[in-house]
Amino acid sequence: MRDESRPPSLGTDATTGQLRLAGSWTLAHAAEMGERLRLAPEGVAAVDASTVDRLDSAGVLQLLRFARRRGLELEAFAFHDDHKALVEAIEDVADDRPKKKREYGVAAALARLGFSVHDNYREILALIGFLGENLVKFGRMLAQPRRFRLTSTVYHMEQVGLDAVPLVFLLSYLVGAVIAFLGANILRDFGAVIYVVELVSIAFLREFGVLLTAIVLAGRTASAFTAQIGAMQAREEIDAIRTLGLDPIDLLVMPRVIALVVMLPLLTFIAMIAGLLGGLTVGAFNLDIPPQAYLARMDATLEVRHFLVGLSKAPIFAVIIGLIGCLEGLQVEGTAQSVGERTTSSVVQTISLVIVIDAIMALWFMQMGI
Amino acid sequence: MTIRDDDIVIRIEGLENRFGDQVVHENLDLSVRRGEIIGVVGGSGAGKSVLMRSILGLRRPDAGRIEVLGIDARSEDEDDRHEIERNTGVLFQDGALFSSLTVGENVQVPLKEQHPEIPDSLRYELALLKVKLAGLPANALEKLPSQLSGGMRKRAGLARALALDPPLLFLDEPTAGLDPIGAAAFDELILTLQRALGLTVFLITHDLDTLYAICDRVAVLADRRVLVNAPIGEVERFDHPWVQQYFHGPRARAARQAGAGTMA
Repeated sequence: MRDESRPPSLGTDATTGQLRLAGSWTLAHAAEMGERLRLAPEGVAAVDASTVDRLDSAGVLQLLRFARRRGLELEAFAFHDDHKALVEAIEDVADDRPKKKREYGVAAALARLGFSVHDNYREILALIGFLGENLVKFGRMLAQPRRFRLTSTVYHMEQVGLDAVPLVFLLSYLVGAVIAFLGANILRDFGAVIYVVELVSIAFLREFGVLLTAIVLAGRTASAFTAQIGAMQAREEIDAIRTLGLDPIDLLVMPRVIALVVMLPLLTFIAMIAGLLGGLTVGAFNLDIPPQAYLARMDATLEVRHFLVGLSKAPIFAVIIGLIGCLEGLQVEGTAQSVGERTTSSVVQTISLVIVIDAIMALWFMQMGI
Repeated sequence: MTIRDDDIVIRIEGLENRFGDQVVHENLDLSVRRGEIIGVVGGSGAGKSVLMRSILGLRRPDAGRIEVLGIDARSEDEDDRHEIERNTGVLFQDGALFSSLTVGENVQVPLKEQHPEIPDSLRYELALLKVKLAGLPANALEKLPSQLSGGMRKRAGLARALALDPPLLFLDEPTAGLDPIGAAAFDELILTLQRALGLTVFLITHDLDTLYAICDRVAVLADRRVLVNAPIGEVERFDHPWVQQYFHGPRARAARQAGAGTMA
């Protein structure tokens, strides 16, 4: 059934003034049909379509549009018997058109702005609510330890913690080396290259160790949580969990958040060590600070409070990453696209919130003189 | 009754499908005539969907010949594939609508792909027409699949399957998951469209009511082949334990009476 059909054509019957159609009036010739009908002579009173070879819904649609433009009634058309059922079926549904509802312009832009502000407000409320719900459930879990899912928690500890070690180590090591390089370039002008040791160690212990780890986990883990829980939500698995008398928070959220709270400080410690090693390497190879001297300098100048300040932020970031990752997953609505949107949103939210909170805490610690 | 050769739209000879050691089809023959509604029945796992996927070229059979509209369905020639795709419409079980597109956009996808020269306004009109032919209200055009009920999703899937005016329509369990009223309405819709558009319909179903109400012939898939392919009255009398159980169980009796009612 190759398409060897004749193209659509029309001619005027000299005696009756009828428009006579021939050829195949089908989708394959959609553009041609429109063109032919546009060029049809004015003042046509009747159309004879009974001689066309093939007619499909696209052809009928074109003829109906033609009729509407020229103010013709359908009675003015003659169709082949084989085509009558088709024409009737299409004519039956030809009225009833949807209203165009898309709006453009300043009003629509303002409306969108308003909606997104409102959405953000609701997201923040939802996050605070979710934090509260989780705290309550956590309290309940402490009272009823049988609710704690050990296997699941350990599994997630491996996923978010152990599997992330190489990445966190490598990134921190490189950033440590870069800081040492940049710092040394400026400090050299003052003849104070040895201060690179303090620069790297304070930067890593206070800020970068925990911040780098949190950002890596926000990209790696928050997105994974959202996608896992989101896919379950889309396939109604979360609803199934609820109807089976189980609590999705106990089952899905708690193990993930607890795993993060345990693992993020440990990863932070690894990141700190890696960053210090990066500084040490650059010192040894480029700045003529032998490792012994580097370590001796660290031992002499470094205070434990820097380490504690850095580490104190880790559990807070862990809770943020875990909660946002899970909450976004639970908010997925049915479609594949929704899973994608929520995953993006969870990464963006976690990274932004981690940096904002880090900045606030840095200010606070400075003001308190810690 | 002799059937002229060009009246056979789908011709399958000696089809064989296997997954590892498990043989799904062996020596399966089936022919579908132009303009008929053929109902394909069989137990779960009898290979109904595999048969449909083989005909559509979604699965390469292990042996046998399949001809669709005179074209070898196993052909790897791009033009042949294209020709089959353009002449077949498929309604998958849950509609398989693209979830990120509105119903209207879903219907426009095949139009855009196969006929890029059609102007936007006409394409929109065609989509609107198909959506309404499938029995959906015009405002469904702007809705996302997730905003539709199961029955409406099937209708939207049907509208997309009809987008290119294919002469050959494949339906995979169109009434599964619909309530009896919705299912009856869908049967009615298929019949109406089949008559209006002159379709040949290949219909996989479990629904006895559908078989009695709209199918011209019924093909029974069992023992890895098509046991019988005939009007339902003959199939009922076919001597095979599965067929007897299927057509003479308690649910079949009610469907037969209802079917007789609609025929009268």
